[in-house]
Amino acid sequence: MSYFAVPKISRRVLKVWLRNRDVFMKTYKVNFLPPFLEPLLYLFALGFGLGRYIDVIEGISYVKFIAPALIAISVMNSSFFECTFGSYVRMYYQKTFDAIIATPLSIEEVITGELLWGATRSLIYATIMLPVIAAFGLIELPSSLLIIPFSFIAGFLFATIGMCFTAITPNINSLNYPTFLFITPMFLFSGTFFPLALLPEPIQYFALATLPLTHVVRITRALTLANLSGFLLLSLAWIVLVSLILFVLAVNLMKRRLIV
Amino acid sequence: MRVVVCIVSVIVAEDLTKQFGEFVAVDSVSFAVGEGEVFGFLGPNGAGKTTTMKMIQCVSPKTAGKLTVFGMEVSTHQREIKKLLGVVPQENNLDPDFTVHENLMVYSRYFDIPRTSAERIIAELLDFVQLSHKKDTLIEQLSGGMKRRLILARALINTPRMLILDEPTIGLDPQARHLIWDKIKSLQSQGITVVLTTHYLEEAARLCDRLVIMDYGKILVQGKPDELVREYIGTDIVEAENDPKVIACLERNASSYDVLGGRVQVYTNNPQEITYALLKECELGQITARSATLEDVFLKLTGKKLRE
Repeated sequence: MSYFAVPKISRRVLKVWLRNRDVFMKTYKVNFLPPFLEPLLYLFALGFGLGRYIDVIEGISYVKFIAPALIAISVMNSSFFECTFGSYVRMYYQKTFDAIIATPLSIEEVITGELLWGATRSLIYATIMLPVIAAFGLIELPSSLLIIPFSFIAGFLFATIGMCFTAITPNINSLNYPTFLFITPMFLFSGTFFPLALLPEPIQYFALATLPLTHVVRITRALTLANLSGFLLLSLAWIVLVSLILFVLAVNLMKRRLIV
Repeated sequence: MRVVVCIVSVIVAEDLTKQFGEFVAVDSVSFAVGEGEVFGFLGPNGAGKTTTMKMIQCVSPKTAGKLTVFGMEVSTHQREIKKLLGVVPQENNLDPDFTVHENLMVYSRYFDIPRTSAERIIAELLDFVQLSHKKDTLIEQLSGGMKRRLILARALINTPRMLILDEPTIGLDPQARHLIWDKIKSLQSQGITVVLTTHYLEEAARLCDRLVIMDYGKILVQGKPDELVREYIGTDIVEAENDPKVIACLERNASSYDVLGGRVQVYTNNPQEITYALLKECELGQITARSATLEDVFLKLTGKKLRE
């Protein structure tokens, strides 16, 4: 079985997406709270707390500097955790995937539906965070509204990354490795809380090549500051290209795991 | 007037084989299931029953051989076949996040059933499995028997032509088991073909029109339950203690017998004669005569050794 066979999918992926949406809506009170509270906590602790000692960073206040990063981090976390721990629970403990593939749906469609749902979750979180952050006057409008469609694209990228790990993890605890070794470093070193330019040049290139969050932060920050440049298209192209490759890989890895 | 009974085969397997690496889980088996039949797969753990079922329901690809369901090849017509099947898996895989009704509604979407017809079908099915009063209950609050009944209802949501039941009554109390049996019989009377696996030999004898006994990936025998009992055991069994004198005695009478642990089982169509002979010639204490069952066939063919 090839790792890069093109998945055969139909509009039935929507049924899987709907199933996850229905669960999400059943528990919406729990689900809507984190994206609302999280940016407030970070803004107060880092922006208004620590940030008081920083006059200006790259020409703007510290709190304005980290505001877009907080959105980017939330986009990353929501889809990555949905498609790692969330998908693993559905796959292994709840046997939801087994139940679905006993119907006309295929495993390719189940996984694609999961990934689209992961991306949707990023979109939902970004959409809730935007007005909270905008209320503090930290982002430019209307350019920041483009973050809403962009969060879906970026969310899809982290969903595919998560799903690849889910497909190869021997058990649920091992999913902590990609979390600590990949997500946490990205959280800190992707131009989130200090500019990427502070890092030695080779490491900057390394970060741009291997840490997807750098591209997501770069685009999000350009949108909140209404400071767009042609270079951003490169970042967008990187995100789209890597997502497509990892999408195909994730589906094939999952097929290997589940179709025996 | 001549009545021609034409039984259409809805599953045909020829030299069907499934390998996991070096391990041969299903080893070149051939069988055919007729439309409207209740067909059983029996065998110890690891015999290859569930693997065969998974190949029939198009979720596990076959390694070699031929397998068609409703005349369609399983490796190329998965979607078409799966549309016509209802599946009750061995493990409960109901959605714990949903209520009874929501489980069925979400499942109906996978079959593209429009919402209004789905509501009608769900009401009928909940009535059929006697769960209408639990419509809005969460899955974790259901008893084992209720969960099993709900899974049966879920398997019927697309009004399937064939039901695949992997251990349908596993872990259920006698009441719940009898209820499931009634439901299976009533589904058969509606013309639905039923393919099931079970470890309960009584269940197989009661439900199955025909069955196969598998072991180590092969089909050992196939046929109607009562015919298998008569062919391999006889009508009755006389049990005596395992004693050299008894054995010698049985050898003299050229009887058909097996030693199973501390007991000797004599297979016979004439229990009075054997009992009389044993009591008269061999001076034994304890002798029991009873009707032969499918369980005797099963143990005779697959042995008493424990399977891991």
